[in-house]
Amino acid sequence: MADMKIGTYICKGCGLGERLDCDNLAMIAEREGKSNIVRQHDYLCSADGVKMIQDDIDNEGVNHVVIAACSRRAKTEAFDFDGCAVSRVNLREGVIWVRPDEEELRETTQEMAADYIRMGCAETRHMNPPHPNENRGHEERVLVVGGGLSGMKAALEAAKAGYPVTLVEKSGRLGGAMADVWKHIPTRPPFDQLVDNPVPALAKEIEAHPNITVYLNAHLTRTSGAPGRFSADISVESGETVTENFGAIIQASGFKPYDLANLPEMGGGRIPDVVDQMGLEKLAIEADGGPIKRPSDGKEVKKVVFVQCAGQRSDQEGHLPYCSGHCCLTSIKQAMYFKDQNPDIETLILFDDLRTPGAPGEDFYRAGQDKEITFRKGKVTEVTADGGSVKVRFKDLILDEEDTEQADLVVLATGMVPNAGVDIEALTKPNVEGESEGDEAGGEENAEGEVSVPVESILNLTYRQGPDVPQLKYGFADSHFICFPYETRRTGIYTTGPVRRPMDAEQAMEDATGAALKAIQAIENAKLGRAAHPRSGDLSFPSFRKEGCTQCKRCTVECPFGAIDEDEQRYPVFNESRCRRCGTCMGACPVRVISFENYSVDTVGQQIKNVDIPDEFDEKPRILVLACENDAYPALDMAAMQGIHYSQWARVIPVRCLGSVNTIWVTDALNSGYDGVILMGCQKGENYQCHFVKGSEMAHYRMSKIDDTLQQLNLEKERVATYEVAITDIERAPKLINDMAKTIDEIGMSPFKF
Amino acid sequence: MPEAIATNQTILVVGGGISGMSAALEAAECGKQVILVEKNPSVGGRVAQLYKYFPKLCHPKCGLEINLRRTKANKNLRLMTLTEVTAVEGEPGNYTVTLKKHPRYVNENCTACGACARAVEAEFDDEYNFGLGKRKGAYLPHNLAYPQRYVIDPRILGTPDAEKAKAACKYDAIDLDMQPEEIKLTVGAIIWATGWKPYDANKIQPYGYDRYPNVITSVEFERMADPFGPTGGRILRPSDGKEAKDVAFIQCAGSRDRNHLKHCSRICCMATLKQTTYLREKYGDDYKASIYYIDIRAIDRIDDFHRRVKEDPNTRFIKSKVASITEDKETRNPILHGVDIEGYHRYSNPHDLVVLAIGMEPSVPADAFPAKVRFNEEGFIVPDEANGAIFAAGCSEDALDVNRAVQSATASALHAIQVINRVAGTEG
Repeated sequence: MADMKIGTYICKGCGLGERLDCDNLAMIAEREGKSNIVRQHDYLCSADGVKMIQDDIDNEGVNHVVIAACSRRAKTEAFDFDGCAVSRVNLREGVIWVRPDEEELRETTQEMAADYIRMGCAETRHMNPPHPNENRGHEERVLVVGGGLSGMKAALEAAKAGYPVTLVEKSGRLGGAMADVWKHIPTRPPFDQLVDNPVPALAKEIEAHPNITVYLNAHLTRTSGAPGRFSADISVESGETVTENFGAIIQASGFKPYDLANLPEMGGGRIPDVVDQMGLEKLAIEADGGPIKRPSDGKEVKKVVFVQCAGQRSDQEGHLPYCSGHCCLTSIKQAMYFKDQNPDIETLILFDDLRTPGAPGEDFYRAGQDKEITFRKGKVTEVTADGGSVKVRFKDLILDEEDTEQADLVVLATGMVPNAGVDIEALTKPNVEGESEGDEAGGEENAEGEVSVPVESILNLTYRQGPDVPQLKYGFADSHFICFPYETRRTGIYTTGPVRRPMDAEQAMEDATGAALKAIQAIENAKLGRAAHPRSGDLSFPSFRKEGCTQCKRCTVECPFGAIDEDEQRYPVFNESRCRRCGTCMGACPVRVISFENYSVDTVGQQIKNVDIPDEFDEKPRILVLACENDAYPALDMAAMQGIHYSQWARVIPVRCLGSVNTIWVTDALNSGYDGVILMGCQKGENYQCHFVKGSEMAHYRMSKIDDTLQQLNLEKERVATYEVAITDIERAPKLINDMAKTIDEIGMSPFKF
Repeated sequence: MPEAIATNQTILVVGGGISGMSAALEAAECGKQVILVEKNPSVGGRVAQLYKYFPKLCHPKCGLEINLRRTKANKNLRLMTLTEVTAVEGEPGNYTVTLKKHPRYVNENCTACGACARAVEAEFDDEYNFGLGKRKGAYLPHNLAYPQRYVIDPRILGTPDAEKAKAACKYDAIDLDMQPEEIKLTVGAIIWATGWKPYDANKIQPYGYDRYPNVITSVEFERMADPFGPTGGRILRPSDGKEAKDVAFIQCAGSRDRNHLKHCSRICCMATLKQTTYLREKYGDDYKASIYYIDIRAIDRIDDFHRRVKEDPNTRFIKSKVASITEDKETRNPILHGVDIEGYHRYSNPHDLVVLAIGMEPSVPADAFPAKVRFNEEGFIVPDEANGAIFAAGCSEDALDVNRAVQSATASALHAIQVINRVAGTEG
């Protein structure tokens, strides 16, 4: 990198020229900000303004650009200068739009702007334009774990896009649970005709595809690496282990049917003619279009009762609390097995809510009604053997009365249990308190702190955070985000199908196609060293200064994405392509040796230090606001757009995540005379909104410890406040700042002003 | 955003709602050239009008902000707003698409300073708020509107307001002579993501949406709940502006009904359950919610949200298809008539406000579709070989919730990429 040459460009448009003394700002940028070139422009985002900057880059060697204009969220594309470090100084949404345009307030508004200029210049002096990391992999092969319907589909779709695939299936055949299903639910007209199971055709396609390698009776014994350079040891049928390299991984490890034996009150495991849905599929395959015979004595079934939500949607211990999504459609399909063979067979479906959403779902439901399948809203209380038949006692919820039905066969819709491998959070719980609660998985901790795991791992990852992907809820390895169903916590590894979320076969196939895209995207990102969203395209990555590191392991423990391993000496090993660039490691590091090229303890710390702190008797407090760039910062921008004002004492710095906030910033601010510090992060807890998982939670925890510092400094604890702020808190975010200003008014100025 | 040159290796995404944005971004982040067209002045679609998402009760604008950030950062993606597709010809790997670009009357010089809006006096019904509030004749559709560029309502053209707007702009951003343009593009694959619109509540005659002011739709209720919506976040009766505390929700309003939409719109049950939590948020314990339903379709693992709402003593569930609504002339309370079929009780229940959980129908009707694709009876696109390289995403495919829509969009992005990679493979 050539010598640093800073160009600061001050916009006078959008009222900035009228509201602010831009010559004064230019002088500050030059003298205090040490800018080599300072220029003002009436309209900086215009083609002419941008050209002015580009000319300085091309002809004057400017490589650090400070744009003093609007928010970094506005005109982002205009102020994008390749190869330069760019700092945005927010004079519009951050200063003039949040301050009243009154003569007597001009001075403090100008001071606000001046500080932001100092901050922007300080930031850029400690920033470098990021370069892609050296540790990139270029492997294009996709590993698909699980050869059920989801896995088969994912493999085929990735291969069709031109990427080679290895498919690992633990059993001796492809198809998973779906291979044992007789017919498939139609998704287009005619809805009264069941369609062929898609598994055999898919299996044939996979076998014929030159770019798909299949290992049956195989499993992963070890998976290491990162997107673009994963390496997996596959134990194959012969007993040998083959090692292959992969660019990305799709986990389609499927589900197990909920165990019938858990429902003795419904005859599960006790009465041979009470089967689950998979049991009925088996009978249907045996019958192959002929009369379906019941298991106990082979008698042809003349009457069948389907019990929906058996052991599901229940608060009862041991039952499933969720709805498995597919069972209503599946029971209608299975009732059609009987009706299509002999319309006189009585088929009754006892349900609570019949769930057949969408257009094809409702069409199929209607087709079932047309075939005279009976539907009754009822709650089953007991299923007993009664001579040669099975007796179902239930409460009819429409007639509000107890009723019984005698049937030859009863089918319980029991739902699906995800097969997600080891619940790593129950294993280690590397929570913020630093306590280990290793017993939850039922494992035992031995002397080395290793935990024996009762559940078999799917991936056997060598990651410090555990051998499998984190589970979200009820054992499903799903994304936590509604807008981002594939937002994984293990970059480059995507779960799909019923291991991700309960779903029917049709949805699973679509889901698998989406997962294949994400795998391909991870491969393409890894080649270039780019981050996945929310910091899409970011090339920066964390590195550390080994001399200063105390091997405390905070960074490796707290990384929400399992991106950091440890070497033999317990130094961190960063896997850049797993990293999502949140900076949680940087916030965690007690000795401050972790940094990104364009985001570091210094890029923020120096902004804090460069704010002008007036003498105590000037009665001009300073409030440091560290705001999450995804929620709180946009909320403040939008407040500005609405003309909502906030205190002139605030100095706002956007941070990648509250998790990246190193407590040194707060203690330094307090030591250097700031009167208040506010941290604004996302919602934490069960419904956390932090896309970096625990950033906000961690910041809250770390700040709870700041009390000691405050006590040492003899400062009031009200001077530091941490809040959860949503992007919609357009009125509240400014209010929190104003509240702090009021608090300072009451408790007085900080004595630490020098 | 740089000008991307469209070729037969370009993917066209039609519709800039959550599905279209997701499809476009996923493809662009795989390194593909993508053009995203949106008929409105800004992207975000229906989710930009939602206050919260079920079941997390998080804010849709959070995800929108992330997607906007991805959009701003991606040089492979080119966005065209106020643009519609009028014709599609050709075959996979080589389509000619005709676009119609409507004038915004504001060019890229706009800095979003807001001077034009301050200068203009005329006000119009605000589409963003379903007409529940007003906006200026020069406007930014909402706080997170992207592109962050004002729009001139064509209705002020030729009035003094138009000249005032022009005079107020220091940046020569207002061009009142802008004309509609026709643009032809060559693209290799097309993702169709034009989404859904609320079913016309006026057609459900027995519910009197057109006659009774205190009968509103779920999408209108959503805007009311938003603190930056037309009522400042208060749930107000349109008849008298009083706070509504006894609110009825009618499920399957227009859905699962042979006279209206045959299909189940999937989202309405969860949306209603979510909306009952808005009442708790606003009123604490001082409210009543009544849900009239056929089946509560809180499908898959989010059924736990359903069970949580069920435990709320202020919310009751009545299994009933409401037969009709009348109005108490004095209080203007809507009165719901029907039979609670759990036990067969007839009821005539007055409420402060009635919310119709309105169904979703495809935005572009099959008979107005500019390309040859296969539809089902309900008007959704059915995946079919005959569709060539036109792939449906989100609610063009079926009535889907946001999570499913994004899943669908991600899958459709891969289908488009498969076509593009085939083209690239043969052409290099």
